[in-house]
Amino acid sequence: MITLDKIEKTFNKGTVTALKDISFSVEKAELFGLIGPDGAGKTTLFRILTTLLLADEGTATVNDFDVVKDYKKIRSCVGYMPGKFSLYQDLTIEENLNFFATVFGTTIKANYDLIKDIYQQIEPFKDRRAGQLSGGMKQKLGLCCALIHKPVVLFLDEPTTGVDVVSRREFWEMLKKLKGQGITILVSTPYMDEANLCDRIALLQKGQVLSIDTPAKIIQSYPDKLFAITSSDIFKSLQDTRTYPGIASVFTFGDTLHATFTGSSEKGILAFLHDKGHPDASLETITPGIEDCFIHLLKN
Amino acid sequence: MPPVITTEKLSKQFGPFKAVNELTFQVEKGEIFGFLGANGAGKTTAMRMLCGLLAPSSGKASVAGFDVYTQPNQIKRKIGYMSQKFSLYGDLTVSENIRFYSGIYGMSRQQIRQKTPELLEELQLQQEAKTLVADLPLGWKQKLAFSVSIAHDPDIVFLDEPTSGVDPVTRRQFWELIYHAAEKGVTVFVTTHYMDEAEYCNRVSIMVDGVIAALDTPAHLKQQHGGESMEDVFYALARNATRKGD
Repeated sequence: MITLDKIEKTFNKGTVTALKDISFSVEKAELFGLIGPDGAGKTTLFRILTTLLLADEGTATVNDFDVVKDYKKIRSCVGYMPGKFSLYQDLTIEENLNFFATVFGTTIKANYDLIKDIYQQIEPFKDRRAGQLSGGMKQKLGLCCALIHKPVVLFLDEPTTGVDVVSRREFWEMLKKLKGQGITILVSTPYMDEANLCDRIALLQKGQVLSIDTPAKIIQSYPDKLFAITSSDIFKSLQDTRTYPGIASVFTFGDTLHATFTGSSEKGILAFLHDKGHPDASLETITPGIEDCFIHLLKN
Repeated sequence: MPPVITTEKLSKQFGPFKAVNELTFQVEKGEIFGFLGANGAGKTTAMRMLCGLLAPSSGKASVAGFDVYTQPNQIKRKIGYMSQKFSLYGDLTVSENIRFYSGIYGMSRQQIRQKTPELLEELQLQQEAKTLVADLPLGWKQKLAFSVSIAHDPDIVFLDEPTSGVDPVTRRQFWELIYHAAEKGVTVFVTTHYMDEAEYCNRVSIMVDGVIAALDTPAHLKQQHGGESMEDVFYALARNATRKGD
């Protein structure tokens, strides 16, 4: 449904590289995640695929249309929710939705089925101006407006950034339903825990792809044996663990430390930490998460 | 030692809407205090009152020993503030930003001259002193912004989603800076949407619909709410929020 072949993009007369040699494809009805921090190139990629920006090199297609030659056809068959709220603040919820339906030559009624579940949550406020809406409601309205012309591909640029845990979970439930209706979704997020909710993901950093695969396979390819160290004083034990001769890497993860060791030197870490004043320290082998994999790939 | 922040039934009403409804809590010196909440729960309003930027409707609050009603300007001199949205000036260099902010926070020229190299060294930014902040990677900007916000040795620093959008390694380095500041006695008041970061706080409060729904250490909160992680605790508390705001 989406293909990218060796896409390159620079800004400021070539001095800033936004995207470097990006190639991947997204299948029909796939939920594909672009995972990476700010500055990874996520938004630039969206802008190229939605025909709002020209790549310097490489080719890309959406729904078999070329992003340069067939840009008009792409614009009518995709939905795009930019990271920055970009609906009309002075129009009400209903007026915004009507506006986007009209622009695409359709009506709210014609495609109501697709947006029904989401729209019903904001319908009680349909006469309220978009500018007065709360963050969660804006997000839902943005999604409705991106869906109202029944797009075959949906581009969502950081829809959950700055949104609380509860609304984030609700949002991903909505995406799962849309995918079930055959819509292809490309979604970006800086939250690594959301990667597991995608069929496949691309991990991006500074314009480059670190890895592309299913979350399970990316986790399988983690090369080291990973351990969790638990102790009552996280930061003190972090500093002490760093001075352990056999340590390869150590990072805080919530109330634990995730560590890898050289050889089998994990065997001595507990005695070492006990000596350093952490009598309650404990160690267990754990399965890495996507964030462990991302950190590992960043280091190389 | 008296608490750095004390509030008693602190409230803010906008027309009929009770944005913040009778908050009562204390934050101790050197504590890392996580201030979490659902979107629209009233976090921003509460923070603005504590920074002396918004007068409360009722209740009491003192910050760094000063009253939020009558001494907001004294409060501003005793606090630091940093957020993802408002941090540094991109078209000033690293050392110009340090000089500018230190001046704003009331440091003398001599103090600034003394502090600047210390700060650059701590951040290992000596080579970048004359680089425009716009040309720094986001992670460095955020670390610099944090250091600038505590350069004047405030009693308390308010951090509003300081790690939003930052890569996982830099996010952790940022928390080490927070931890070092707290060790030196700076009180840290921080908001975040990353639930793993809630674990790094000494105590965490979770606001739902204008009130504090829970306040305790992360370990106790997990015990009380039967969750394995702070995300579970947050979800259990905020799931039934009636406000879905920002």
